[in-house]
Amino acid sequence: MSNEPHRFAPIQRSLHWLMAACIIAMLFIGVGMVSTVAPKYLPLILIHKTLGVTLLILVVVRLALRLHYGAPPLPDDLPPAIKLGARLSHLALYGFMIIMPLLGLGMLWAAAYPVVLYGGIRIPALLAQSDRVHTLLWNAHFYLGFAFFALVLLHLAAALFHALLRRDGVFATIALLPLRNKATPAE
Amino acid sequence: MNQSGNLPRSGLGSLVLIAVVLGGGAAAFAYTAGWLSPGRLTPERMIAALTPPSGAPLGHRRNHAKGICFTGVFEANGNGLELSRARVFERGTHPALGRFNLGTADPNAVDATVRVRGLGLQIAADGEEWRMALINPPFFAVSTPQAFHDLLIASGKKDPEAMKTFIQANPEFAAFATWAKTAPWTASYAEEPYHGLNSFIFTDAKGGEHAVRWSLLPMAQVTPISQAELDKRGPDFLEQEIVERVRASGPQRWSMVTTVADPGDPTADPSKAWPESRHTVQVGTLVVQRIEQERDGPCRDVNFDPTVLPPGIRPSDDPFPAARSSVYRKSYDLRAAEARDYPRTGAAKP
Ligand code: HEM
Ligand code: HEM
Ligand code: HEM
Repeated sequence: MSNEPHRFAPIQRSLHWLMAACIIAMLFIGVGMVSTVAPKYLPLILIHKTLGVTLLILVVVRLALRLHYGAPPLPDDLPPAIKLGARLSHLALYGFMIIMPLLGLGMLWAAAYPVVLYGGIRIPALLAQSDRVHTLLWNAHFYLGFAFFALVLLHLAAALFHALLRRDGVFATIALLPLRNKATPAE
Repeated sequence: MNQSGNLPRSGLGSLVLIAVVLGGGAAAFAYTAGWLSPGRLTPERMIAALTPPSGAPLGHRRNHAKGICFTGVFEANGNGLELSRARVFERGTHPALGRFNLGTADPNAVDATVRVRGLGLQIAADGEEWRMALINPPFFAVSTPQAFHDLLIASGKKDPEAMKTFIQANPEFAAFATWAKTAPWTASYAEEPYHGLNSFIFTDAKGGEHAVRWSLLPMAQVTPISQAELDKRGPDFLEQEIVERVRASGPQRWSMVTTVADPGDPTADPSKAWPESRHTVQVGTLVVQRIEQERDGPCRDVNFDPTVLPPGIRPSDDPFPAARSSVYRKSYDLRAAEARDYPRTGAAKP
């Protein structure tokens, strides 16, 4: 990260938005599927499992890219406390992206359910059935799911704050397409 | 999102926009989660309807709460491959695990008082798994999951009008009521037939699809007995009887028969039996070899979710398997979290 770029690499930007869309979908599918007994429950939970495991693979790729490419610096005039908050919240977002799918898988394993994804792909169990472990992981997946959603909202608010109010070029670092009235700060 | 140049320039406008986006996001989430729609039939509401006034059976299944485990094998004769490519149908012996049970939310129910008897079963073959839960009536009480919920609510009310109103709205229930009154009882789990009732789609190796239902028909001699006679037995006579029968006479058997729908048969309504004349295929034999108490037994930790299916079997347009899966999952979550209220005696499991 010695050579700090102005923007995230295109592949990082693409992954950010692809995963953002999928994660938001996962959160909505999650709370939607557990609150219905309708036939759509079955396709929803199948998508939830399949997309969740796909996201686990994607976050590993994303972290590798992050280590390789690094990230553009935050604007110099951003107060240190805000900078710290931004870093910590990004760390937490990565944490959620890793832990949520693992908790989902673990909770199914600990309940002795076979984990079968779209296309009949079967994931072998790495945990034995256990009421205690199932309950622990279930609770974690449940509460962290809501915390994840809250943090995504906060992240969204911060992004809009940068884009609309501060107009400090932070949004441009991750935007998919170059912004029309570029406000990338001079460095 | 990438045209911030066009967005409102005033700070206040931007703040309002941010608030609207966040509020809208949170509201959409709440709506999806059902928090804004108290009328939605959720697994929680179904469980609440199952819960007796005396309270939930903590640590136990929320329905079919009384039961006993068995292990054994499924002996497939190979005929099932005509209908489905699932490996459980390949000729051979596949391990089976299951649970005899009573259709009640009371784990301490007196056996002679419970009309519906059931069987949960899991058959494994080469990494594939098939789970099911079957009951002894030849058709289900109601046509839809919503009607099942309404039945639970109506039958839980003291007001006799409640059931009348329910039957008016769900006339299919009359056939079940007649079955419950007139069908013979037996004195053994081993003498009961168990019917899957829900329709599934079997896919054969050539890709051909067949809508089917299946049943386990007892090979033991069936001796009908009156309920009055059963009343004289102990509260747990069914469990004692099956333990004793397997100990004294050895393994107990059921023939598994699949029935194939004709075009136009009602696959989406388990309260409608198909005509007797339908093509049937005898696919194998369930052999129950060993009985174990549920408390420390291998069936305790299994959710006999009827949507755990091997490749070659999938749900049909019958709305019940999805509803059952979602409610059984919730029931499992609850009873696993309450394991302390139903402690194991063995040191085998934490
Ligand atoms: C589920 C949704 C999302 C997740 C998990 C997520 C995650 C992340 C993470 C981990 C970073 C830090 C990148 C790094 O430093 O390696 C980041 C950056 C960023 N995200 Fe998101 N994001 C999501 C949705 C959004 C949305 C909806 C927006 C805006 C509308 C957005 C705007 C941004 C911006 C502007 C940055 C750049 C911050 C910087 O330059 O330090 N994100 N996102
Ligand atoms: C980014 C990843 C994931 C997110 C954001 C996520 C989010 C959620 C949410 C919000 C719920 C609803 C909780 C509730 O209201 O009760 C949920 C439930 C569930 N999730 Fe996930 N999930 C993820 C990954 C996974 C994975 C990979 C699996 C399994 C392979 C999984 C399995 C489940 C299951 C089985 C439930 C229902 C739990 C129950 O009530 O029994 N999830 N998830
Ligand atoms: C919407 C309708 C239904 C609801 C809400 C419902 C609810 C339940 C619940 C909550 C359990 C306990 C699950 C567990 O904790 O593992 C259960 C078990 C059972 N159900 Fe249902 N059920 C429905 C329909 C049916 C039908 C149609 C059948 C038979 C064809 C059936 C047969 C059984 C059997 C045999 C068990 C016991 C399985 C075992 O031994 O674990 N149920 N049911």
